[in-house]
Amino acid sequence: MSLLDVKNLKVAYGGIVAVRGIDLEVAAGELVALIGANGAGKTTTLKALAGMLRPSGGSVHYDGASITHEPTHRLVRRGIALVPEGRGVFARLTVEENLGMGAYIRNDRQEVRADLERIYALFPRLKERRAQTAGTLSGGEQQMVAIGRAMMSRPKLLLLDEPSMGLAPLMVQKIFEVIASISAQGVTILLVEQNARLALQAAARGYVMESGAITLTDAASTLLESEQVRQAYLGE
Amino acid sequence: MDAKAKVGIVLIAVVLAVLPFVLAHVGTAWVRITNLAILFCLLSLGLNIVVGFAGLLDLGYIAFYAVGAYCYALLASPHFGLHLPFWIILPIGAGVACLFGVLLGAPTLKLRGDYLAIVTLGFGEIVRVFLNNLSRPVNITNGPQGVTLIDPFKLDGFSFSKSETLLGLTFSGPIKYYYLLLLVLLVVIVINVRLQDSRVGRAWVAIREDETAAQAMGINTRNVKLLAFAMGASFGGIAGGMFAAMQGFISPESFVLVESIMVLAMVVLGGMGNIWGVIAGAVLLSFVPEILRYTVEPLQKAAFGRLIIEPEVIRMLLFGLALVLMMLFRPAGLFPSKTRRREFAAAEQQHVG
Repeated sequence: MSLLDVKNLKVAYGGIVAVRGIDLEVAAGELVALIGANGAGKTTTLKALAGMLRPSGGSVHYDGASITHEPTHRLVRRGIALVPEGRGVFARLTVEENLGMGAYIRNDRQEVRADLERIYALFPRLKERRAQTAGTLSGGEQQMVAIGRAMMSRPKLLLLDEPSMGLAPLMVQKIFEVIASISAQGVTILLVEQNARLALQAAARGYVMESGAITLTDAASTLLESEQVRQAYLGE
Repeated sequence: MDAKAKVGIVLIAVVLAVLPFVLAHVGTAWVRITNLAILFCLLSLGLNIVVGFAGLLDLGYIAFYAVGAYCYALLASPHFGLHLPFWIILPIGAGVACLFGVLLGAPTLKLRGDYLAIVTLGFGEIVRVFLNNLSRPVNITNGPQGVTLIDPFKLDGFSFSKSETLLGLTFSGPIKYYYLLLLVLLVVIVINVRLQDSRVGRAWVAIREDETAAQAMGINTRNVKLLAFAMGASFGGIAGGMFAAMQGFISPESFVLVESIMVLAMVVLGGMGNIWGVIAGAVLLSFVPEILRYTVEPLQKAAFGRLIIEPEVIRMLLFGLALVLMMLFRPAGLFPSKTRRREFAAAEQQHVG
């Protein structure tokens, strides 16, 4: 049975419908990519899944229970963590304070301490800069903070929104390596990306979204080979 | 705590204990001024929770002070013929103010920055206008005339308004209030320090820095914001009750917009979010105008033989000058909190780079 099961999800901003009834499934431990052009409704979908937007229709089931109308702060406690678009680090707090905020819902101090070291092992750069304010870091380092912070809540399901956005190619590669290693640890990941090639290379399965609807879904390797995807998203 | 800190604390305690008698020697007015300064410390610490900790700009804070003051005045004066003891009314005042805090907080949850400032400003004015006009058809607040003959604090036979001599020392009314205010201030400081290091304190920091990210951390931003409004308001309510008892008379005129801005100025001057900075700001802005009032006139008379510039004018001039100097040299406040200091340091780095 899948960890995340989305059925006929609809989201609207006022009168404007951004997501027009999509079906989406993510199995436990899977890495799934949701790709599409700007304005296709990817971020809106993710925000609705994270409880930041109220769906206007459809249902979302997670871990066997309906979470369609659950607010964000409860979803975090259930193990869903969102790395928001544009990173959203606490710019005036240090790297370590940022990571500490990620563990806000947890009370097991020693475990949190151990997790912090684990994050530092994953991102040695962050350990070097632990006392620096997050706002002074480069975009890539901020993305590391954002991912590390989300991991500090020990999520079962990680929602990543455009982690490659605005980053230098080398940094993008580094971030995707980290995503792969987090996935290898058994964390389920739903990855929203405009960089279709990278996303599909990392993922097991993929969904293609267009104007608020899912137009294509298949194994990531099949999508990479598909004529439609190659023309529209891989620039070939 | 090391020995040095202990000595420091003992020294401060001794100075604070002796202070009112020294001031009484200069003039009882100075004890009253000191008491008002402590009240402003209470108010600033309350506002600091909302503005400094949670980052919600509140320009109508004085409304909670007014609510607390009117609660006390109406329940302990001949106006309704009620004379409840202060230890019952103060918590009621704090509770009602807290309710008003939530009342203001609930509809403004989605607002921030300038928009929140405008709504809170309006709220402060609404409360004042109500106080001014709730004298008809049923006389509740007695309108612009205000409420007079408010009971002082009394405990059995012990009244805070009467003078008493103990061990050769004269404890006048203001001196007694001084000690009471100091005690309340101490409690409020302890609560503030504890709050800052608590889970809620961390949640406030997160909301102040980035509300969406705070939500993603699992923080119930709605409740935590309401809590900031409620707590700040209750401190204001307590301060208001004490103000009413000390003055014996209140009217809507004491709760105008300028007072809100004054309290905010104290918070900003001292250093938003830093408890000790906020106290320093409150003490400074309470005392300096009074010192000027008492020195400017005699100084001018001595120098020029007559009064050339009114003290009030000089006060405003110096206020403006201080504002400009602060902006230039200490934009984060006199004693900025850790994060505020970083913010301005970061801004400077960006300028260079």
